[in-house]
Amino acid sequence: MADDLDQIFVTISHSIVGLFPEFWQPVVSAILAIAAIIGVFASLFAVTTVFERKGLGRIQNRYGPNRVGPFGFLQPAADGIKALIKEDVVPRAADKVVHFLAPLAVVVPAFLVYAVLPIGRNMVLVDFDAGVLFFFAIGAATELSVFMAGWSSRNKYSLLGAMRAIAQMISYEIPLILSAVTVIMIVGSLSTTQIVNAQAGYHSIGLPNWFVFTPWGFAGFVLFMIAATAETNRSPFDLPEGESEIIAGYYIEYSGFKFALFFLGEYMGMFAISGLAITLFLGGWHAPLAALEVVPSWMWFFAKLLAIIFVFIWVRGTLPRLRMDQLMNFAWKFMLPMALINIISAAVWHFMVRAGLPGYQCWLVGAAIVAGSYILLGRGLMEGKKIEKRTYRFAE
Amino acid sequence: MLGEGIIKGMAVTAKNFLGSYVSEERLTTIQYPEERQVLPEAVRQFPFLVFDGNDAMAGLRCVACQICEKECPPKCIYIEKSKDKKPDYIGKPQLYPATFDIDISVCMSCQICVEVCPFDAIKMDTEFELSTGDRFGGLLVNKQQLAKSNAHYHRIHPTEADEVDGRLAAEKVKAEAKAKADAEAKIKAAAEAKAKAAAAATAPPTAPAAPATPPAPK
Amino acid sequence: MNIVFAIIAAVTIAAAVAAMSLRNLVHCALALAVAFAGIAAAYLQLGAQFVGFTQLLVYVGAVAILVVFAILLTRGSEPPQQTVLSSGWITGILVTIAVLGILVFAIAKSSLIKGEAAAQPTLTVRQIGEALMNKFVLPMEVIGLLLTAALIGAVIIAMKEEK
Repeated sequence: MADDLDQIFVTISHSIVGLFPEFWQPVVSAILAIAAIIGVFASLFAVTTVFERKGLGRIQNRYGPNRVGPFGFLQPAADGIKALIKEDVVPRAADKVVHFLAPLAVVVPAFLVYAVLPIGRNMVLVDFDAGVLFFFAIGAATELSVFMAGWSSRNKYSLLGAMRAIAQMISYEIPLILSAVTVIMIVGSLSTTQIVNAQAGYHSIGLPNWFVFTPWGFAGFVLFMIAATAETNRSPFDLPEGESEIIAGYYIEYSGFKFALFFLGEYMGMFAISGLAITLFLGGWHAPLAALEVVPSWMWFFAKLLAIIFVFIWVRGTLPRLRMDQLMNFAWKFMLPMALINIISAAVWHFMVRAGLPGYQCWLVGAAIVAGSYILLGRGLMEGKKIEKRTYRFAE
Repeated sequence: MLGEGIIKGMAVTAKNFLGSYVSEERLTTIQYPEERQVLPEAVRQFPFLVFDGNDAMAGLRCVACQICEKECPPKCIYIEKSKDKKPDYIGKPQLYPATFDIDISVCMSCQICVEVCPFDAIKMDTEFELSTGDRFGGLLVNKQQLAKSNAHYHRIHPTEADEVDGRLAAEKVKAEAKAKADAEAKIKAAAEAKAKAAAAATAPPTAPAAPATPPAPK
Repeated sequence: MNIVFAIIAAVTIAAAVAAMSLRNLVHCALALAVAFAGIAAAYLQLGAQFVGFTQLLVYVGAVAILVVFAILLTRGSEPPQQTVLSSGWITGILVTIAVLGILVFAIAKSSLIKGEAAAQPTLTVRQIGEALMNKFVLPMEVIGLLLTAALIGAVIIAMKEEK
């Protein structure tokens, strides 16, 4: 019974595909899966916008939107209608072709990367041998589209915002990929389904076998999430799109539905990268306790995804925006060395486990490496930054 | 340690988030227009004219002295005196304003007109939901719209109204006492004059005849 | 000829021609990025997953951005002053035809076209990794050293001078 519920979408898909002749079957199954992905994640986008506004409101001692629909949950419909009926303003000096293509170039890679995320047992769209590499390759294509958006508007602020956004995305891509490399190293494969399968089973003390419960996995997860926040231009790394800093950065000249498409692309990227974090570190669609395996696998995936989204919203409501130089310093001086040391820690763990040493020893050594370097790096970087009392020369 | 502040900050935010569902001080929104804020008594918006009794035009306290029109900083009060007089609350015949217009798109609620009125005729109202589609005529309120009863004044500013009423009643008592004293003095003077006249009548008849004539043309 | 390969080749060649002949330099850079993506599609069509995705990651994700930055930070985005065709275009065409002839001759004489296509081995990433670490470790280390030197050189050039 639980198994049936687990595989319900697979069986539905097979039954629909079976209705078609032999020649059309691959196409139909692909179209079904694509339609399902687009439908599910686009509605998740709509729900997330409401949750974000209401969550931020509660954090800031106010209600969120609560006029449209029950408790404001039809707000995305109102926003969507507003975006569709707004006039599409294209600046006269703008480069029309590139201006038109930029939102498409943001949204298409954002949707394309869902193909390699295993959403449930046997529920991955394409099982590439190099799935994680596909994810990062398509993610890198987003940077070019940011540039297209910024440059085509022929606006100084837009271009400045685009440059900053690209610099930020390139800088944070390295810690992102390096922290994913630790997982790939341990599992020995780039395929997402194999990575999820490697996290099956439970430890002796009842904890699942997820990578986040290892010292290098925990550090890797934290690094990955910070780099993911920066990659998707989300607070506190949203300087390129900060409303009070540079008006709206690289999408300042977009209005109406194209603006909504940028918004959609940003949130889709957020979901996709959270999905990859779940796959790499949080055990994919596995349940956290053996007793909870009755719950279907795809429900666990979405539960973990909602938890990560909630943490994203929480962090957005808490932290102030980082300045550009602070952002870059953080990426290159802190996160890159931490990611490299994390790789060393993962390698030490791998060899200790293979040598047969007991679990807690491996854990202690790994944690010592990671925590020690964190404390030393942190102290080293904060050396010159003491808060002193300001003195003014002529103000007596 | 690096990151300590972030963890503390997130704890504060979490407390705010969870506390907003349970305690009121973490969710201070007042959802206008379903809920209204409780305003203090001394709140002021735009002026209104006070009338005593039931008839708005007869009991209007304003005597068109035009002091408020002269003192108003943006000059938003327009007064025209009447040609005839009507009795005020003491009983003395006073002028009254034939036209009393306030342009509330200009009025800045400074309350100077209230402070300088010697007759407690103009006071500040608390009504602020006065938006209208007519930008010019709709925001020029005339005497009929401005006149509101003393009972209304009591309702919106109870302590002030009590104090004003007490003062006016005291003045009325004083005026009545003065009028009574004047009346008594007049009666006494008339009685004395009468006694004097009676005494003078029994005196030589020619002497009162001469002083009788000069006062006559007066 | 495979229809998919024909489409990919047509797109790549069109993008390359556009990259060469468009007026606006940034448009040329974007067309170049499309050409890179076309080559990646060609790799994928041949079944070389790792190379295809690495081509996307490196070329579209980094080299195209580098080209775009270089155009923007120099004066390249202004409209060109002279015509697109340079003055010695006849010589250029002759040289191009010569190079093309040599390439076609070399490929035609090679074993790829002569013999039957052998059964393509499916190369997993693991095999590529093992080859890189065992057989080709020296070239890999040399390339790593070269990239490090380039990175350090870039940092030194861009570093603020000590006053």
